[in-house]
Amino acid sequence: MRALLGDYLFPLMVILALCGGFSAVMLNSRNKACIGVAFGAAAAFSACGIMVAIEVLVEGPLMLSLPITSVIGQLSFGFNIVVDQLSAFFLLVICTLALPVSIYSVGYVKEYEGHYGLGRFGLLFNLFLLSMVLVVTAGNIIVFLIAWELMSLCSYFLVTFESRDTEKASAGLLYLVMTHIGSALIMLALLLLAFQANSFEFSDLKNIGLFMGVDVRSIAFILLLLGFGTKAGIVPLHVWLPKAHPAAPSNISALMSGVMIKTAIYMLIRTYFDFLGINGPGDAWLGLLFLLIASISALIGVLYALVEKDIKRILAFSSIENVGIILIAFGAAMVFKAYGLNELAALALIATLLHVFFHSLFKGLLFLGAGSILHATGTRNLEKLGGLSHRMKVTSVLFFVGVLSIVAIPPFNGFVSEWLIFQSLLLSFSLNDVLVNLLVATALGMLALTGALAATCFVRFYGMAFLARPRSREAAEAKEVPRSMLLGMAVLAALCLLTGLLSTYIIPTVDQVTAPLVGTSIAGRLAGGLVLQTPVSSFSSMSPILISIVLLVALPSIYLIATRYGGRRSERVGDTWDCGTPLSERNEYTPTGFTQPLKRVFNGFYHSKTSTSIETGSDPYLRKLSFETSIPEVFEDYLYRPIAKIVTGLARKGGVIQTGSIQAYLAYIFVILLILLVIFR
Amino acid sequence: MNDPLLAIIQAALILGLAPLVTGIIRKVKAVLQSRQGPPILQPYYDLQKLFRKSSVVSSDASWVSIITPYVCMAAMVVAALLVPVFVTASFGSLGDLIVVVYLFATARFFMALAALDAGSTFGGMGSSREMMISSIIEPAILLAIFSAALITGTTDLAGISQVLVVGGYDLVRPTLFLAFAAFFIATLAENARIPFDNPATHLELTMIHEAMLLEYSGKKLALMEMASMTKLVLFIAIAWSAFFPFGMATEVAILPVAIGLIAFLVKLLLFALAIALIESSMSKMRLFRLPNLLTGSFILAFLAVMSFYIL
Repeated sequence: MRALLGDYLFPLMVILALCGGFSAVMLNSRNKACIGVAFGAAAAFSACGIMVAIEVLVEGPLMLSLPITSVIGQLSFGFNIVVDQLSAFFLLVICTLALPVSIYSVGYVKEYEGHYGLGRFGLLFNLFLLSMVLVVTAGNIIVFLIAWELMSLCSYFLVTFESRDTEKASAGLLYLVMTHIGSALIMLALLLLAFQANSFEFSDLKNIGLFMGVDVRSIAFILLLLGFGTKAGIVPLHVWLPKAHPAAPSNISALMSGVMIKTAIYMLIRTYFDFLGINGPGDAWLGLLFLLIASISALIGVLYALVEKDIKRILAFSSIENVGIILIAFGAAMVFKAYGLNELAALALIATLLHVFFHSLFKGLLFLGAGSILHATGTRNLEKLGGLSHRMKVTSVLFFVGVLSIVAIPPFNGFVSEWLIFQSLLLSFSLNDVLVNLLVATALGMLALTGALAATCFVRFYGMAFLARPRSREAAEAKEVPRSMLLGMAVLAALCLLTGLLSTYIIPTVDQVTAPLVGTSIAGRLAGGLVLQTPVSSFSSMSPILISIVLLVALPSIYLIATRYGGRRSERVGDTWDCGTPLSERNEYTPTGFTQPLKRVFNGFYHSKTSTSIETGSDPYLRKLSFETSIPEVFEDYLYRPIAKIVTGLARKGGVIQTGSIQAYLAYIFVILLILLVIFR
Repeated sequence: MNDPLLAIIQAALILGLAPLVTGIIRKVKAVLQSRQGPPILQPYYDLQKLFRKSSVVSSDASWVSIITPYVCMAAMVVAALLVPVFVTASFGSLGDLIVVVYLFATARFFMALAALDAGSTFGGMGSSREMMISSIIEPAILLAIFSAALITGTTDLAGISQVLVVGGYDLVRPTLFLAFAAFFIATLAENARIPFDNPATHLELTMIHEAMLLEYSGKKLALMEMASMTKLVLFIAIAWSAFFPFGMATEVAILPVAIGLIAFLVKLLLFALAIALIESSMSKMRLFRLPNLLTGSFILAFLAVMSFYIL
């Protein structure tokens, strides 16, 4: 028996989270101590989590169990924790984001002092982290379901934390309903597996798909897709996401968008590759289904992000887009696995996991940045921001790193994962099925379009929030945020750059995670020294670190040449060219104006409604012109509202039997009893 | 071939020729319009002049405006290292065609932000329109080069041209023509040429690319101009080497290299002539008619990929 540090660290993590959370509640009235204890514990928790994850990735799996066993029917189960390679990877992803977020929170939650209970926040924060960790380390179905439910509830209470805001309360309710519909489907699917294996343990569920009938297996696949798809936020199950993520406090949004939705990806990989297994070309349809859904999801996500005005909703829609990108890679991995191209499956799955990791870093950073904007200006409306780079210099630089990563500028991390996803899709030409080829090529086109639109989306975001002149008094009076918040963001910004540069050193570790799932290891060929290359010989190669070295040589030399050549010349500060009319913030392009051309191009999708009205007053020369534009919420209006209408209609019809008279109810009971006696006599 | 030294020579060639190509296009246009036009070397003189001028920076501008010219130019230099010109070699281990496209995206991203930076309406207009065009044209470029990559089995540009040159005309398939057509439209769109944008316009409401540079002056303007001239030559070089690299040398020997060089110069001239002809015979399109042409390019590129599998 190996002695692992994790044997002690993991229980310590549970203790830290619980103690930190509950002592925060005790210290509720003493603000400073409460914040210190809550986020100190959370930071220590995350640090331990990172250590456990790294140890497992290096040394091998970790197993823990509490000496409690219960029995359901004939099946007994214990409180088992199993941290294998896949769990460890997601544990690493969660804790790597949780650590800077905890640091950031120290400064961020100060605004709740005196308004909302800090103790409650500390407790929920710690429990939320703990539940996410338990979700990815659960060793059996029961532990998983408990942790999943705990995660949903904690996040619900965090979404509605600012409970006096009714809009946030209703966003929370929608989230609660959607997440429980998802949970129900997940429970059904997992129980289906459990009955097949006659066990709740994940270890017994491995490759259970081999023993299942085709129909049952397909049903399990679809149920899992719908259940976890709800959590991951794939269109059209995404409706809760753009409402709930912005409603939550920004540090929580960072965790929700960065890692919570990724737990669904974890379970999809776990159940599809580990439990059900992708065996033979018969399963290719599933991968293609994923490619289709994911590419539509990515495109729709980014199209909505383009026209959104609320900065946090932009980021939430961008999360939908990125989950789409992740699932495109995941779908490609399934297609390759189904056709027995294990090396390419490994490539696509590595790309999936890398994008999961990288997206958690840059989206975490961007949500924290949005939190800082909110903290400094008090508004989430992009139309009211502007010019923040002059007043929040450090934030503007850190946020810029996040933007560079998300729009995949080489050599930042987003570029590396996107490059790998492109490569894995391109390599689909080695499949010999025209229909599959065409579908993968379509996904490739959609992915390219999504990437380009995302760049526009973030030019708009950054340009409108940080550059030019402030569009409102709030933005003009913004002040830089406290140091702890800057530190949290700085850690993430550094990681965004470093993980991109050093991706060739991260890939072998990720390969170790995917190797048992796809049955082959490609690290040796994928990452050679400084250069990334595809496993198919000489298909393509790229080196983020060499690119940055060349850039680092080129930038100063260009600067030197430009300043020397033609002699040193003076540089004056002057006004912006204004055609002779004094320039004010009203002359500036607005966020709505910025994407108006694209809105017109894609109006077949948006169906935006515009109306202009002119009011004439007593003075014939002075008229008031107002212009209004709105984009209908297609999924809410045409999908969810009708369903909700039918459900409430049925409930109302059923309500007829609720007369309120006790005699009637007694009669119902009597009738039911009679029926039961007749059936089960 | 992965040869950093050859890559540097070819990059230097691209950078050196960049103003000349712009000069040729301007001259040909002038002749077609029965004007005498400025000398072919005028862009060199312009750059030289700009480097000697002092500059004005907007008081509203931030560090984004300051670093943008250097970033744009650096992105073009790195891209130039990855594009083969007369011999099928480049700094291949640095990156492939996807990297080149993303380097262009980097330059555009910074330029669009710098345009917003000063808070001028024209900058915003240019930035907004540029991003609209690029949102549709970038996927078209990617798909066009992907079809070349599919035919040749590599995404490395030097590799693509190597395979095409060695494989000869057997590899020329309809896919290549479709992809080339898409890429040609993309070249016009990305380089602010008619019918997408008028490089000679100074009427604020019709400018796209020029509107983004409105706040730059002196050395920084010189860098931005140089970057966009380089971008045009890079696009031309990519268009030939990814789709019709015939004539390019596959080994470093005097005769093949000489042929390669001449072939490149001829192709460069052909492309410049084509652009000048289009610019003289067409007018700039209205902004909201552009999407038709842009999606046309996207669909051509998409068909190119499709035809690879079907035909």
